[in-house]
Amino acid sequence: MERIVRRALTLGLAAGLACTLACRTRERTDALRPAEPSGQRTSSGVPPAIASREAEDGQWLMAAKDYANTRFSGLQQINTANASHLKVAWTFSTGLVRGHEAAPLVVNDILYVVTPFPNDLYALDLTKPGAPTKWVYRPQPTAAAQGVACCDVVNRGAAYAGGRIFYNTLDNHTVAVDAATGQEVWKTKLGDINKGESITMAPIVVKGKVLVGNSGGEFGVRGWLTALDAGTGQIAWRAYTTGPDNDVLLGPGFKSHYPQYRGKDLGVQSWPSEAWKIGGGTVWGWISYDPELDLIYYGTGNPGPWNPDQRPGDNLWTCGIFARDPDTGEARWFYQWSPHDLHDYDGINENVLLDLNVNGRLRKVLVRPERNGYVYVLDRATGEVLSADPFAYITTSKGIDLKSGRPILSPDTKPEVGKVVRSICPAAPGAKDWQPSAYSPRTGLLYMPGNNLCMDFEGVEASYIAGTPFVGANARMYAGPGGNRGVFTAWDPVARRAVWKLEEKFPVWSGALVTAGDVVFYGTMDGWFKALDAPTGKELWKFKVGSGIIGQPITYRGPDGKQYIAILSGVGGWSGAIVAGELDARDATAALGFAAAMKDLPDHTTRGGMLYVFSLP
Amino acid sequence: MRAKGIFLLALLVLPLLAAACAPDAAARASRELRVCADPNNLPFTNQRLQGFENEIAALVARDLGATVRYIWWAQRRGFIRNTLNAGVCDVVMGVPSSFDLARVTRPYYRSTYVFLSRRSRRLGVRSFDDPALRKLKIGVQIIGDDYANAPPAHAFTKRGIVGNLIGYTVYGDYREDSPPARIVRAVAAGEVDLAVVWGPLAGYFAPRQQVPLDMVPVSPQIDLPFLPFVYDISMAVRRSDPQLQEELDTILEKRRPEIDAILSRFGVPRVGRGAIARGGI
Repeated sequence: MERIVRRALTLGLAAGLACTLACRTRERTDALRPAEPSGQRTSSGVPPAIASREAEDGQWLMAAKDYANTRFSGLQQINTANASHLKVAWTFSTGLVRGHEAAPLVVNDILYVVTPFPNDLYALDLTKPGAPTKWVYRPQPTAAAQGVACCDVVNRGAAYAGGRIFYNTLDNHTVAVDAATGQEVWKTKLGDINKGESITMAPIVVKGKVLVGNSGGEFGVRGWLTALDAGTGQIAWRAYTTGPDNDVLLGPGFKSHYPQYRGKDLGVQSWPSEAWKIGGGTVWGWISYDPELDLIYYGTGNPGPWNPDQRPGDNLWTCGIFARDPDTGEARWFYQWSPHDLHDYDGINENVLLDLNVNGRLRKVLVRPERNGYVYVLDRATGEVLSADPFAYITTSKGIDLKSGRPILSPDTKPEVGKVVRSICPAAPGAKDWQPSAYSPRTGLLYMPGNNLCMDFEGVEASYIAGTPFVGANARMYAGPGGNRGVFTAWDPVARRAVWKLEEKFPVWSGALVTAGDVVFYGTMDGWFKALDAPTGKELWKFKVGSGIIGQPITYRGPDGKQYIAILSGVGGWSGAIVAGELDARDATAALGFAAAMKDLPDHTTRGGMLYVFSLP
Repeated sequence: MRAKGIFLLALLVLPLLAAACAPDAAARASRELRVCADPNNLPFTNQRLQGFENEIAALVARDLGATVRYIWWAQRRGFIRNTLNAGVCDVVMGVPSSFDLARVTRPYYRSTYVFLSRRSRRLGVRSFDDPALRKLKIGVQIIGDDYANAPPAHAFTKRGIVGNLIGYTVYGDYREDSPPARIVRAVAAGEVDLAVVWGPLAGYFAPRQQVPLDMVPVSPQIDLPFLPFVYDISMAVRRSDPQLQEELDTILEKRRPEIDAILSRFGVPRVGRGAIARGGI
């Protein structure tokens, strides 16, 4: 783990640090805090979804911690001075061996863990020594359709609101479970695994609605975001990613900054024939919410299942971001990261909502580290791109044209059947995939897990025959420049540059966490859980867990008043499929070419889901 | 007492001895050919054993002195990984002979993609280069956006025939019987003018439609630079199992007439049968 400090931080050290940071923060940036949603009960009878976070309550109520998706906790008992003393407090085994991507939740002295398939929900009692299991809820997703689901069997977590835990099962159900008793309150089927649909994302709850999106773009699924009434589980609205305006919920209130998004039924017109009907654009990533503007933000996945040459057009509304009214689902604006996607750059990453000083003016923005290798800053009221700067090695484009909003593509990295194309960077998982970043209002930095992967495409033969087993794609991935496959970056969204970067052997496929103690946490696929000094990136502490980490770290205050850090270990996911799925390392194209880049992972980690909880002695 | 004890002991031990003395017989009786297959994929396999690969598996097992045991798994991405290469079965029927995820037997048939259309239309399309294709509504099967789509989609794209293609995902809706057959029904129903369909699928489902359909092998057989439309088909065994491959090769050679008869009964169009040599293409 070679460490590179790219640029010295201009901040003072030690004693002067806290003050400097605080001043800096006030001057420049402030994380948006979700406001108490008016205190009124919704028509569904569920109390306001999220408690006010004006003051840190020491809990963790949704995977991204807050509506602004900052993954910042105000807890500061664990700080840069004492983090090196962190010790394991207790552990918990899920007994499962597939990829564990979820963030645990902590509410009312109970810690909740959602497992990968079969998506069991464990409630662990933090008031008792060793946090014994209080109850377990087993949704028993269908196993009859084995192998029908598209991707891996991961789950990215749950959300708490009004005394209930909400989460999704791989077989397309959203469930509401009584947070105290583990009793199922409702269970609603949203999609069909028989059509290749599945759900892996963590929902959020906004104004009494549970927001859920589907996965399965590779299978000819049509993407959607669905809002369910948190009280009853009834579907309130559904917004498709492709198709006529009525299906996409585009009405008179839809006013995008760029002209290419204006016109009737572009979700049909920007596709050949009826390709939009199976056009992908699934919604398997993160959702943010701005209570002031009353808008939700989420990204859409890549177009499918046609190859690029077979779907001329911009393929709207895939690979982009929607701002919508949470009550009705009506779209307010849209922006497309990758028009006519060529490289499988799903546009589903997190959107971190910040109030940022841009050219001397305080603006409501969203900061978005995108798969294509750029950190975008968008005006979150209008969808205008204010800046887009590369944070990784990129060969597929030469920049983003701010006037048109479109990327300036490099024609020589366009994959074509019958053609060998080398050095496609970033590779399909992007410079950063789903693994969510964290933002600290104290340092003003965004902490981004990431990949350094390129890909060769050898489209020499397409020998798939309907009714016979899938042969695999002819893509193979490998480390980008430098030879490290992963990177962890601290990014200054105001100065628009990396402040420091750490190289990692494997892609950093875990989420990030940052605290008011100025400690950043993340995990590596070879099983190291690390604490860094937030301003400088200096390593403060690390611990080797049982299996590689692809989960999301969280922190909470226990009933004993102590601060704890929790992380699920259990390698898997797309990047870790070579271990979790026991892929054949000789098959370079397995896991869509990802296995080629991960050949040595089995030498560094084995499977097994385990929750680790750390604290100071 | 003592004599009785010995007698009892003999009762217990004798069958064991007998079994130990005849290991071949015991092994033969218990030999199992574990076949991983899709439970809903006619005309190839289904859970009711109505597919031609079900029949061929039974034929081969008989010669091996084994009984077939099926392990059912939907044929999606990860099929080979989760089945054959996970060690839960010995054989997967019907893979392309160029398959590189496993060890393959000698081919036991060769088929081709076909143009499928309603007979009443009298389209007469025989080649991907027929100019009529630019005006027709054409159905093709598609699988994914990972540059590994089925060959017909690529052949049309290469010729700039894009706007008039209708894609049918081979995965379809798994609640229906044999989801890949939907493209054949689409031709019969007039949803598309013509479709390009893998021979065994067309050969089995076309005669079962309400209207007569015409089936014409596509040309060219190999679209240059290298996009084949004719494939040799083999069985797959684990890479580490050359012994089973040899046994199967011998049986496939010996039972060729019986296998041909099964394929004929299921309407599988075959091409260049004489050209199939040991070791594949």
